[in-house]
Amino acid sequence: MLELEKVTRLFGGLTALNNVNLIVPANKIVGLIGPNGAGKTTLINNISGLDHPTSGQIRLNGAEIQNAPPHRITRAGIARTYQNIRLFSDMTVLENLLIGQHGRGQATFLDSLVFTPRFRAEERDLHERAAQLLERFNLTHAANLRAGNLPYGDQRRLEMARALATNPKLVLLDEPTAGMNPIETQQLGEQIIRLQEDGLTALVIEHDMSLIHQVCDEVYVLNFGQILAHGTPDEIKRDPVVIEAYLGKDEDHGAA
Amino acid sequence: MDFFRSIGITEIVFQFMLVNSILGLSIYLTLYTGMFSLANAGFMAIGAYTGVILTQNFDLPLGVALIGGMILGGIIAIPIGFPVLRLKDIYLAIATIGFGEVVRILILNFDTLAESITGQEVKLTRGALGITGIPKITETWQLIVFLVVVAYFMIRLHRSRFGRAMAAIRQDEQAAANMGINVVYVKNTVFIMSAVLAAAAGVLKAHLTRTISPGDFGFDQAVSILAFAVLGGTSTWIGPIIGGFVLTALPEILRDFKQYRGIVNGSILLLVIVYLPGGLVNPAGWSRLWKRLRQSPEAGENHART
Repeated sequence: MLELEKVTRLFGGLTALNNVNLIVPANKIVGLIGPNGAGKTTLINNISGLDHPTSGQIRLNGAEIQNAPPHRITRAGIARTYQNIRLFSDMTVLENLLIGQHGRGQATFLDSLVFTPRFRAEERDLHERAAQLLERFNLTHAANLRAGNLPYGDQRRLEMARALATNPKLVLLDEPTAGMNPIETQQLGEQIIRLQEDGLTALVIEHDMSLIHQVCDEVYVLNFGQILAHGTPDEIKRDPVVIEAYLGKDEDHGAA
Repeated sequence: MDFFRSIGITEIVFQFMLVNSILGLSIYLTLYTGMFSLANAGFMAIGAYTGVILTQNFDLPLGVALIGGMILGGIIAIPIGFPVLRLKDIYLAIATIGFGEVVRILILNFDTLAESITGQEVKLTRGALGITGIPKITETWQLIVFLVVVAYFMIRLHRSRFGRAMAAIRQDEQAAANMGINVVYVKNTVFIMSAVLAAAAGVLKAHLTRTISPGDFGFDQAVSILAFAVLGGTSTWIGPIIGGFVLTALPEILRDFKQYRGIVNGSILLLVIVYLPGGLVNPAGWSRLWKRLRQSPEAGENHART
């Protein structure tokens, strides 16, 4: 579904991404792990259009998207969440979900001005879909609260609900469980598995290896902007190259 | 009516209050979308001059002049918006002040410029002295109708998909783009709407003041427009209307203070900005102020004890 071919991103002299080749097959959950500063978020920013690669190609179902603006990419079916929560915090939970559906809407401001049937039907449709998402993520009670006032775990879930509101085929989750306790992490894992059951595809950045085990079909390891390893979660866990990247070299083999 | 007249609010003052609240709403649109644009005085000038030239040189009715001014303001906003709206915050403010100055100086030198091109005498904008002897044909009811229409427009805007996109862009532009919102399109459209509204206010005001000159539409005017919105509050569309009303009426009400009028006027503004940072129309700000006033004696005691 998503293919990255030789994606390179330079920031001045710094190579944030170096010839990254990565494939996310349809209806699979792919994990992306790596130490801090490895370029994971840069990768997601490049896929979602907030940043563009210096060279290389990103293809969604065969169509090149590496130079498309973010709203086009969203409308083409890629949604994302953020490592640091970026909700519209002054708005209500419901409004956040309505904005998430922006790309699906057709009604213009003029429709709203004179209450055309299209406007009314669409607003009803948007509210219904928002209500479904609220229920799915256990947020119905909070629909009219200010998003910024929600407890942390609820904000994380709302962000995921808002990503789903864009009606995506592929969801990019940037550390969805950061700051969550083990029980919340487990529950969020179930939500991710549910995405797969609904026919969606996901690329998950994560540090929590138990979550990777719980949800991922395959895993890519990124270090210093390069793909270090690729395999099933079990293979990755045993891979000596990955262990070295995370824990450093064994003293006996260490070159001084 | 007699009460209002007794405190200094005559019909002409009321008319200016209405015009200024329209100006406040014009900058409210851009502020609500997170754009700190000070171009409104420039668009107001474009509207005022276009309107007056249409009514005086072409003998057209005010309604036609109004529409003409709005269209020209909107058209000029298109090529300005695309490059300028890539800037943010203070940089956007400076660029739009620059636009306002360009408009002012172009109007100032328009006749000379046109003469050098056509080789004939041109008397359209009449340089630094401006256009005088404009009949006062804007009626109070016309202003009220216009304001009501604009207010309805604002209400419907906030309930629409487009209005939600505006608020989303103000809060987080990148996240808004990731929600499928075409940020460039929304920003430019709002900039055009704001320009159209400012131009309309320019046409209406020009037919109240009897004279217009380029100096009326400089940096001072741009800051006054900003003040209407900031004093009234930009969390709802009612704020800029109240801001426009208060800031226009206050100097008249304070006439009894004679030469100290400026000081009292300035102090009131300062107090509002310090104690009600969200503006006059901002329930949360009032309740915070109320709590603060009630708690302050106790807080003082605590402070003394420690």
